[in-house]
Amino acid sequence: MKKSDQKKYWKTNLKYVAILLSIWFVVSYGFGIVFVDELNSIRIGGFKLGFWFAQQGSIYVFTILIFVYVRLMNKLDAKYNLES
Amino acid sequence: MDLQIWTWVLVGITFSLYIGIAIWSRAGSTKEFYVAGGGVSPLANGLATAADWMSAASFISMAGIISFNGYDGSVYLMGWTGGYVLLALLLAPYLRKFGKFTVPDFIGDRYYSNVARSVAVFCALIVSFTYVAGQMRGVGLVFSRFLEVNINTGVIIGMVIVLFYAVLGGMKGITYTQVAQYCVLIFAFMVPAIFISIQMTGNPIPQIGFGGQDVNGVYLLDKLDGLHRDLGFAEYTSGSKSKLDVFFITAALMVGTAGLPHVIVRFFTVKKVSDARKSAGWALLFIMILYTTAPAIAVFSRTNMIETVNNKEYKNMPSWFSTWEETGLLSFNDINNDGKIQYLADPSKNELIVDKDIMVLANPEIAGLPNWVIALVAAGGLAAALSTAAGLLLVISASVSHDLIKKMIKPDISEKGELVAARLSAVVAVCVAGYFGINPPDFVAATVALAFGLAAASFFPAIILGIFTKKMNKEGAISGMVVGVLAMLFYMLKFKFNWFGGGTKEDWWLGISPEGFGTVAMIINFIVSIIISKFTPDPPLEVQEIVTNIRIPSGVGEATHS
Repeated sequence: MKKSDQKKYWKTNLKYVAILLSIWFVVSYGFGIVFVDELNSIRIGGFKLGFWFAQQGSIYVFTILIFVYVRLMNKLDAKYNLES
Repeated sequence: MDLQIWTWVLVGITFSLYIGIAIWSRAGSTKEFYVAGGGVSPLANGLATAADWMSAASFISMAGIISFNGYDGSVYLMGWTGGYVLLALLLAPYLRKFGKFTVPDFIGDRYYSNVARSVAVFCALIVSFTYVAGQMRGVGLVFSRFLEVNINTGVIIGMVIVLFYAVLGGMKGITYTQVAQYCVLIFAFMVPAIFISIQMTGNPIPQIGFGGQDVNGVYLLDKLDGLHRDLGFAEYTSGSKSKLDVFFITAALMVGTAGLPHVIVRFFTVKKVSDARKSAGWALLFIMILYTTAPAIAVFSRTNMIETVNNKEYKNMPSWFSTWEETGLLSFNDINNDGKIQYLADPSKNELIVDKDIMVLANPEIAGLPNWVIALVAAGGLAAALSTAAGLLLVISASVSHDLIKKMIKPDISEKGELVAARLSAVVAVCVAGYFGINPPDFVAATVALAFGLAAASFFPAIILGIFTKKMNKEGAISGMVVGVLAMLFYMLKFKFNWFGGGTKEDWWLGISPEGFGTVAMIINFIVSIIISKFTPDPPLEVQEIVTNIRIPSGVGEATHS
């Protein structure tokens, strides 16, 4: 693998990680903790939204984030012929 | 059939299953013993990781803690799942590419220093021993309540089973028993939850049910908030901890999870880098099922408990009340002598004390579910405790036989000799864990936070910096780990054990509890590491070459101990 390709591969990886971790941060620390009171004024059925994010929503998003990363990286590996 | 017989039957069947798997998957080499031969499929590894991770604390205690703390309990839900995102995105793929057996292996090689390796071994041992003691207590608790044997006998039965399959099978045996244990524990957790959800809300999915309405059309969460207000507790959905503290505790638990050696080591068992990512996804999916059900159980059991006992005649209590009274985990003191139970937030008027740990175990009885469901919960609790205990024992034995003996004390030890050493250290570790299970030191509860704090303060920064910066050197990493761990120990000892003059809640730094201080210690570690590395020589070129290499997923070697 060429040096320049290695750099590009690593940069794209870091970009994916940064985007996904921002979402990770927003749904848990943002919705579930910092803005929980504001979101609690919105209700979905019996749930206050902030409470729902803290005890349910954040966990669903976490799981989806990992599978999105798996997909993105498998595609990136294929593009640079890095599948082993 | 009565409860006792049901419990013996279900526990008997599951235990024979674990032993059967152990005999079928004996480890023949150190590679099989440490990393199950390195060929575990991502799905199987995900199942095993989920069982490895979900301990007696997740299965028995967590729903109870949430049930008593409401919103404040969210720190455990987010903290113990969010760490898997960090694992999948920042740690697992690179550590798998690196291809060694243990976490101290990575620290020792990446920082080209046996001092770094020793610090890592020390941290791995403290973290794992702290954790394993709690598992043995869980085993004892389940045995004493459901099988009415003495707690000590319960712990010894548990020890013999773990000893058998961990010593015989090593990681290979543990992996496949954990797959079976996941199935047992998730089934045992979900069946009562689904039953109770239907009973209380008419919806078979607990995750949706606890946002639903009861028979009178009142939303369950509104009803519970109302009950809490009437009894003088903080509102269930609002909580009472400060936002800053909730933030820091959640972060410490997330980072601690990502730094726990018994979790990280599971990702060494898969074949390639993409499998490491994928199995982190599977693991969190399987964990998610239990973790999103737990808050539902918390709401159901809290509502059920308050409605069953509050302001009711003591002499009319159902039979589970007296069985739990006998264990000492439930106690009633009729302060105003009216023969009724008053359950209130005000300690001078409250007449009922309920241990958090009994909520999950007593929940099916409180809801009046059939005996086989109650027995199933006992088998599930044991599966959760045993699977985690086995994973921890393996980390302890690998730290001793591989990191200490093979890498530092006697590098010329033969493969066979190392395998014998690994098995012997597993035996010693089981005995020490059993001792703590029989004589639980009263600091066990206090030190669980320490385990996460230490993992956050030591491993996490050292591993992240080792992967994402090429210039991080041994001087920086070692001083970061040492300062981080010392800061964490100081804060814990001061506020949990009253050393160094002690202190109360008011003295906490910025109002951050010892549970949340792991985040502060982690930040200190990062800062110290980076500053020191700027003033000391760069790591050797071949080490920087290792870093370049682990960032590229192809050409992965099998996990080795060379």
